[in-house]
Amino acid sequence: MKSLVYIERKDGRPVNGSLEALAAAKALGEACGVVIGAEAGAEIAPYAPVIAIDAAPACDDEVVALLEALIREKTPDAVLFSATQAGKDYAPRLAQRLGGGCVTDAMTLSAEGNALLATRPAYGGTVYEQMKVIGPVKFATVRSGCFVRPEAGEPNPVETVPLSAPGGAVKAKVVETVTEITEAIDLEGAEVIVAGGLGMGSAEGFHLVEEMAALLGGVVGASRPAIEGGWVSRAHQIGQSGKTVAPRLYIACGISGAMQHISGAMGSKYIVAVNKDPDASIFKVADVGIVGDALTILPLMMDEIRARKGL
Amino acid sequence: MKFIVCVKQVPDTSGKVAVKADGTMDRASMAAITNPDDLNAVEAALSLKDANPEAKVVLVSMGPPPAAGMLRELLAMGCDEAILVSGREFGGSDTFATSQILAAAIAHLGLEEDDIIFCGRQAIDGDTAQVGPQIAEKLDIPQVSYAAGLELEGRTLTVKRMLEDGYMTIETRTPCLITCIKELNTPRYMTVRGILECDQKPYTVYDYEALKDEPLIEADTIGLKGSPTNVYKSFSPPVKGAGVMLEGSGKETVAKLFAALAERHII
Repeated sequence: MKSLVYIERKDGRPVNGSLEALAAAKALGEACGVVIGAEAGAEIAPYAPVIAIDAAPACDDEVVALLEALIREKTPDAVLFSATQAGKDYAPRLAQRLGGGCVTDAMTLSAEGNALLATRPAYGGTVYEQMKVIGPVKFATVRSGCFVRPEAGEPNPVETVPLSAPGGAVKAKVVETVTEITEAIDLEGAEVIVAGGLGMGSAEGFHLVEEMAALLGGVVGASRPAIEGGWVSRAHQIGQSGKTVAPRLYIACGISGAMQHISGAMGSKYIVAVNKDPDASIFKVADVGIVGDALTILPLMMDEIRARKGL
Repeated sequence: MKFIVCVKQVPDTSGKVAVKADGTMDRASMAAITNPDDLNAVEAALSLKDANPEAKVVLVSMGPPPAAGMLRELLAMGCDEAILVSGREFGGSDTFATSQILAAAIAHLGLEEDDIIFCGRQAIDGDTAQVGPQIAEKLDIPQVSYAAGLELEGRTLTVKRMLEDGYMTIETRTPCLITCIKELNTPRYMTVRGILECDQKPYTVYDYEALKDEPLIEADTIGLKGSPTNVYKSFSPPVKGAGVMLEGSGKETVAKLFAALAERHII
């Protein structure tokens, strides 16, 4: 199966999820990255052959139009995206234009003849569905943390394709883009994540989570109540409406373990849970659990870490 | 001027989710609710109507006949009309087929120059976020997803579109389609007057007969057979065996935890 993979870039780099999607495409057969901007081709070449669209689209409508033109020209069997906000917007739009099926949040992908088979979570992650996707072009967004990004190697060929979006493509005009969250948070790539939820009680309580993450050299995660409480920015959210993570160690502090959260943390290799409620569902997925108030246990844990580090 | 709101009845997955032995959802044991994001879409339409009283808010839902109960509740919130798109030909439709049917239903209703279509960002059963964008594609109208703020002036709609790390301000013109997120507003409640009046409000069922001559719909691309995606199996996620619960919550317990972590070379 021949696939194209749309490579999303942020701060002049391909995002992790796009490289993971590239790995998913390689497992299906012939894979080629697609990136926007002639200069960006060289960035992707170490991972796979790449098509660099020589254009500077001003908005999503133009990106969709450019990708549509490229797909019609290259006639791939499948087109993959990372399951980011942009990927989840582009894929269904293109699927409707090109008349193919589209799967969201694919966790596994395989080819069966001319069809694409995928596993995906539904109902907030409580059920996994196995899906068969058909059509002249099959579309999928790939969930982060489910494929291992390819290693960089010798540069592959870069094909630069000059394309321009047809007139009238822009239907919604971007007036301004405001970046509110400037901290760089790499939850998907984190080895250690310390996450806090409702049980942290307040912004001050949540500070303990941040302190412990710093002490372990890890990244701060959060469940929805902590975001809604305004204790931490939404860039830290883990779960169905946030990021999907797969760290070596996941420490859940004051998180009850709603499926919507757990589904984003299930890929963790080792889960430690601290919660007051002995019946909290987080304990069902934890490797080690402690029943108690995270507000008193976290300081003890930090003392222990400092002692072990000889601080 | 119409504000058309696409709504879906879904099983409530916020509480305990019931899964049958074969992995499929036990829908019968779960409460049926209006999809949460769709309530924000309804509220967006109703508050625009508050400012434009001449406008009509028209609900469009595709689903089996019991969805009528949900539509009645939304009429009691203040919506003016409801259309239920229902028929055995539509059963088993995936996102691609559903958006085609809903687009045909909207075309049948008549999409005018100053109309706006509101959808929830995504439904909590399928979690795909595909249908809104695909309806707009099918109707060939502008779309803005993840709306957290709206301002309408004449035919110009200014939308605050949330991003993962900030927001965009987007300007577009009606007719257009907007997908709404919960940050947009707080849905209002039904009123006593609304409940008393809802049974008098226009309620129409569009079946396949009603829509089959619409140019946007094709007999072989709707329903289970016409859908390019099919779920052939579903199952409960593999659960790892329950782990170890450490007794106590004092210093010794914490020491035991770190000894276990060190033993596994995790720390």
